[in-house]
Amino acid sequence: MDLSQRLENVAVIGAAGKMGSGIALLVASELARMKLSPEGKGKTYRLSLIDRDHAVLSGLLTYLSTQLVKIGEKKTGMLRALYADRADLVENGQIIDTFVSDALSVIRPAADLNAAAGATLVFEAVNEDEDLKVKLLSQVRQSAHPEAWYLTNTSSIPIASLGKKLELTGQIAGYHFYNPPAVQKLLEYITCADTAPDLKKGGYDLAKRLGKKVIEANDIAGFIGNGHFIRDGLHAIATVNSLRGDAAAWAPAVYKVNRISQDWLIRPMGIFQLIDYVGVDVFKFILDVMNAYLPGQGLQSEFIDALIEKGVLGGQNADGSQKDGILRYAKGRPSAVYCLGKSDYMPLDPDGWTGTADKELGALPDGFRPWKKLLGAKDRADALASHFATLAGMDTEGARLGMEYLKASKAIGEKLVADGVAADTAAVNGVLTNGFFHLYGPINEYTG
Amino acid sequence: MKKLRKPVFACAPAHTLYLGPGRKEFHPKKPRPGIEHYIFEAGKDCLAQVADPAALDEAVIGNFMAARFNKQGHLNAFMPAIHESLLHKPCSRVEGACGSGGMAVNTAVKSVLADQADAVLVVGVEVQNTVKAIYGADILAGAGHFSRERKEGHAYFFPNLFSDRAGACYERYGRDDFRKGMAEWYALAVENARRNPNAQEHHNADPDLRATGLMEPNPKAFLEHINVFDCSKVTDGASAFIVASEEGLRKLGVGKDQAAEFASVAHAEGDITKDPSDLCRLDTTAAVAAEAFELAGIGLADLGLLEVHDCFTVSGLLSLEAVGLADAGGASGFVLDGQTRADGACPVNMTGGLVGFGHPTGATGVRQAADLVLQLTRRAGDCQAAFKDGKNHAMFINMGGNDKTLVSAVMRPALS
Repeated sequence: MDLSQRLENVAVIGAAGKMGSGIALLVASELARMKLSPEGKGKTYRLSLIDRDHAVLSGLLTYLSTQLVKIGEKKTGMLRALYADRADLVENGQIIDTFVSDALSVIRPAADLNAAAGATLVFEAVNEDEDLKVKLLSQVRQSAHPEAWYLTNTSSIPIASLGKKLELTGQIAGYHFYNPPAVQKLLEYITCADTAPDLKKGGYDLAKRLGKKVIEANDIAGFIGNGHFIRDGLHAIATVNSLRGDAAAWAPAVYKVNRISQDWLIRPMGIFQLIDYVGVDVFKFILDVMNAYLPGQGLQSEFIDALIEKGVLGGQNADGSQKDGILRYAKGRPSAVYCLGKSDYMPLDPDGWTGTADKELGALPDGFRPWKKLLGAKDRADALASHFATLAGMDTEGARLGMEYLKASKAIGEKLVADGVAADTAAVNGVLTNGFFHLYGPINEYTG
Repeated sequence: MKKLRKPVFACAPAHTLYLGPGRKEFHPKKPRPGIEHYIFEAGKDCLAQVADPAALDEAVIGNFMAARFNKQGHLNAFMPAIHESLLHKPCSRVEGACGSGGMAVNTAVKSVLADQADAVLVVGVEVQNTVKAIYGADILAGAGHFSRERKEGHAYFFPNLFSDRAGACYERYGRDDFRKGMAEWYALAVENARRNPNAQEHHNADPDLRATGLMEPNPKAFLEHINVFDCSKVTDGASAFIVASEEGLRKLGVGKDQAAEFASVAHAEGDITKDPSDLCRLDTTAAVAAEAFELAGIGLADLGLLEVHDCFTVSGLLSLEAVGLADAGGASGFVLDGQTRADGACPVNMTGGLVGFGHPTGATGVRQAADLVLQLTRRAGDCQAAFKDGKNHAMFINMGGNDKTLVSAVMRPALS
């Protein structure tokens, strides 16, 4: 059974979730394309979208309808070629409408795992909870095709472990989609020593067909993306602790480190803003998974535990807006910092405590340009080199913390290569630049 | 066509803001003014410049596809709402794709020449940002031969026709040289638009326009031979002015110092059922320009300003060759030599042209004519052409479709 045959009967488990809905969209679009291509003519494609109840599935169909229109609008040129033999379809609008209908016609929403009956390719996109994944996929196995491939969306759980628990060794591989899956180009592809060769190749080919930039990671908890992100976060937390000493002055230290990681390192957002974006609870989930599989590496955080105990969780609202977490947000921008000592948020106050913290950090290097300005700048490489060279020669708290942060990030990246998580430097840098939108990889020459 | 049998004047030019992507005021998801807002604003700003709007005998509105962009046909019936004096008077709507505005000008001139009217309000309007560009492409494809060309055509139908023209020019004249000319055209259009507060590209702050213009086209994202910078904008806008006889000017209360005079008007039609005979030439443009010159009794040496229909940078360059300012293949060098700048041999598109000012399709011919009135009466502000060395004539060329409907006029100061 080749990849194209497998794609004739696909199931997505957890299809209405944040990740599952994006995966469903990508697969529906690809199945529609196959259905319209010469080799797909006359074949029947089935995409079973399975989630817990019909209410969420109804929302999923609305989402898919809207997003398929957007895909059609972006790929009208390709669609015009696919519909070239339809004399009745002349205008872009007619073609896009027909594409949406054709894509929706392959979809079978279901609130029952038995809907995966006979599926030859199963995507799983439930929460990052190994027990839950094992439980649901065990049930799916009962009705799916005995030789089905399983692609689990995970950002941390080792595939070999899942395969063993599910008795699916060789039939399962990991797809670490980045959020939102339909937009983010990067996909970390995880296989292990036991992965069947045809799955190893087929999974890679499928990811490419879904339009992804594929970077392979080895089967070590956290893989490359979270392998760096979680440790980067822990470095930030350690820096917060060292800055505050024994004092309960959490907020100024969090504020400073967040600024260091955003401005001094020229990243799209500060580290604590990123943890909020991911969700403090999700950060904790991943941390726990990594700690379980990689004991003795200090993959724990009392700071994160304390935040969760206080109900400081971050994450996204249903409309995609940011929930309050380590920082509080107003119109998407940080407006306050949570202070563990006070169990309350301290509003940013440029004339008061944040102004004092800014003064202590000192000025940014002359000619500083933030991430957004440098993103499309033609002189980006030179500007980054100049920024960090200047930083290295500055004697301010900000410059010292910035260089320490840069070096810590590099050490994390180098350890991922040394530990065999990433094949090489390019894989680490590729994940951080494509998945986290950093302007430069962590393994760089800027540390001097 | 024949020479004008009596003096015909143009006065009271007005433009709305030309709104669309690039303007700070534009937000695709926020409500925007509808088509009647533009008609009324341009019309009323025009009439505010005359002492007696009741002197109007007639109105003509040029528009291409309001029936699809705005679900609104019957635009001529909006004319009496601009001013009550037009109630129960003849009002017409004319259509010739992107040449609709030019046809409106020509229609008004003919009414005056036929002694059917002494003062005709001319309005051009198009409001196109009602749909996304991919659907707008469907609507604009109506300017081609739909049954013959659309099914096989590109998603971005018209841009692709001119991408093909650019590709043919690359092959014949050398890709690098021709692309440099296109990039220079783009840069000059934006630089001119920066001096024009109504222009869609007025806020463009790109520090290196020539590098932007030279970005490699990406056929996966757009087209094979041109990129989006080579295209005119998707614009909402309207322009207006008045065509009048000598008697009409008097009745309106407009002095000749505030008017321009038509030296000629020419209209030439190509055959929409046929492909261009040569992708590197604009045959109908050449024909209409030659006729406009001949009817006016002037030549290139008399021209102090030219307005050409640069719906794409390539059509801008090919228009220069069609007019005779450059030999075949010479337009790129002509532009790169600075000959179309304010201090060049023939200043071109001083307010930004279609690439810089914007291109509300059915309004453009009226916009061009109104701009010439502003220029010839020395009211063009920072965009003013010098009209040095006795070069006191100005010409516009307005094109509909792929070099099919062409209207051109030569104008000069009314007090010359």
